[in-house]
Amino acid sequence: MMEKWNNDLYNNLKFNNMIWSISWKNIWRNKVRSTVVITAIALGLTAGIFSSAFFTGMVNQRIKQAISNEISSIQIHDPKFKETTEMVNYMANAPEISDKILKMDNIAGISNRIIIYSMVSSAETAAGVKITGIDPNRESQVTGISSKIVDGKYFEGVSRNPVVIGKKLAEKLKVKVRSKIVVTIQDLDKNIIGGAFRVAGIYETPNTGFDESNVFVKSSDLLSLTGLPPGAAHEIAILINDNDLAFSIDQEIKIMFPDREVLNWKEISPEMSYMTEAMGLYNYIFIIIILFALLFGIINTMLMVVLERRKEIGMLLAIGMARLKIFVMVMVETVLLSLTGGLVGILLGGLIAKHFETNAIDLSMWAEGYSQLGYDTLVYTSIEAEQYAVIAIMVVMTGIIAAIYPAYKALKYDPAEALRIE
Amino acid sequence: MSIINIKNLTKIYDGSGLEVVAVNNINLEFAKGEFAAIVGPSGSGKTTLLNMLGGLDRPTSGEVVIDNQNIWELSSRKLTNFRLKNIGFVFQSYNLIPVLTAGENTEFIMHLQGRSKNERQNRTKELLEAVGIGDRLKSRPNKLSGGQQQRVAVARALASKPTFILADEPTANLDSKSTETLLDIMETLNKTENITFIFSTHDARVMKKARRVITLVDGKVDSDVTK
Repeated sequence: MMEKWNNDLYNNLKFNNMIWSISWKNIWRNKVRSTVVITAIALGLTAGIFSSAFFTGMVNQRIKQAISNEISSIQIHDPKFKETTEMVNYMANAPEISDKILKMDNIAGISNRIIIYSMVSSAETAAGVKITGIDPNRESQVTGISSKIVDGKYFEGVSRNPVVIGKKLAEKLKVKVRSKIVVTIQDLDKNIIGGAFRVAGIYETPNTGFDESNVFVKSSDLLSLTGLPPGAAHEIAILINDNDLAFSIDQEIKIMFPDREVLNWKEISPEMSYMTEAMGLYNYIFIIIILFALLFGIINTMLMVVLERRKEIGMLLAIGMARLKIFVMVMVETVLLSLTGGLVGILLGGLIAKHFETNAIDLSMWAEGYSQLGYDTLVYTSIEAEQYAVIAIMVVMTGIIAAIYPAYKALKYDPAEALRIE
Repeated sequence: MSIINIKNLTKIYDGSGLEVVAVNNINLEFAKGEFAAIVGPSGSGKTTLLNMLGGLDRPTSGEVVIDNQNIWELSSRKLTNFRLKNIGFVFQSYNLIPVLTAGENTEFIMHLQGRSKNERQNRTKELLEAVGIGDRLKSRPNKLSGGQQQRVAVARALASKPTFILADEPTANLDSKSTETLLDIMETLNKTENITFIFSTHDARVMKKARRVITLVDGKVDSDVTK
């Protein structure tokens, strides 16, 4: 019994090789028709892969940009600060914490920040902003603001109370380099006080919303203005060499400082994480729509194939080919046809995506709209190897689904009737 | 001793309420090694009889007993397998698979039977040589003449080592020379290997070669002459 079963299996496997070979040859019987179908699948998938790579690249850049300019990889706060943003919720031992963290592996930079939400006013107008008190040298290791200066210098050229503001805010306040602005804040005793600062530099990031609402001053200037004790900080921002490591390093820090709130970039800005997930889903939905449209083209082609070969299928049934093998033969031919188009599409789409990984696509025509949303106008495509594998599986599935009806039609042929066809 | 026994075989087609009796209560026996032709005018029931004999067209009533097995009692799957092992077919329009070479077309049925590669290759070579086209092993059907294609079809029919071969108008599309060659080949195989051939034909040359001629008229056996 077992031996017979083994023999049957062996014979089936041997015959399956023959089916693959015949199915492949059958595809090229009508070269024009098969080429048209393969081209349609290939172009559809090329477009799908390119758009996936484009949007994934755009989101990845937004995240990278947000981490390097705005939020950093990990932030540490007093547990009450994030909720209340009140000045009193500072960390008195911030220097001690940052010194310990600096000794850990994979730390690219660390910056202790004083954060105050307040008003800034110029001679013309006023605006609500977030004032961040920093050590300029240490901050430049964490965020890229120092390299985004478009006018003036990064905390240089102004001897007393220098401030670095965003271009959008400078335009709003109608100030230039060396202009004076006044910061109005509450001190620790909740008294309203004002401090005069002079613009040392104006920065510009791809995110105009950020530029309009963020002002950087030296933390020493802010300490003396607010009356906060030396070394106090509301936030410790940490930049990690590899963003993915943020999810393990944050755990280590949590263990080291259990009384502090330690957040990774996904927790700081959950919308970034949702954006990645949503974009991945949209990309697959887009490819499913493309494949769904192609599905009907493949079904139509294979129905024509089965109809044209009716007499031949009748002959195969007559000489003793099992109906299941006929079914499998049509299935294999359809899957091979789809997979050929799919692989060409994946290759073409992959090559285009690869090219634009290092050669940015310039969207500066629509720069304003994009920068308001925080997106860079130069997009570098990005696609994971895993996405190619998923797309290849989706193509095979499309082939299988497309094959079912034509293969079923072939299965139902009556050999005597099929052989009578002239 | 008979290997095929046809008993009270009837086939009635029922199209749009109009009944057509294609084969009417036929009784026949075929012995091992026969070289028989079923002849008759168009519509006399030759092809229908051959199809029922080959397990392709289900009779309305009657039996087809081959090697003591009424083939129409078998399930569809078993009947397919029975055809694969016992019956060789030669069709009027050759019906070769165009994407396969002459050798692959011959080998195909042995693939279905699960024969070993060695056996397949040796038998294919042997059969194509027997039908006189051993040098066209690697030619595709479109590179062969009609006569050569029909010879490949005969080789394919023989490849499965069947009990008998059914040939439906095998010479209808061939010129005189090709017909002559094909008939000689089949006659030789019949004599040397004792293979049973049953033809349906209009062709006088086939009737001349056949050692038994069964004439059908209106679905009935009009005459059955053994030479």
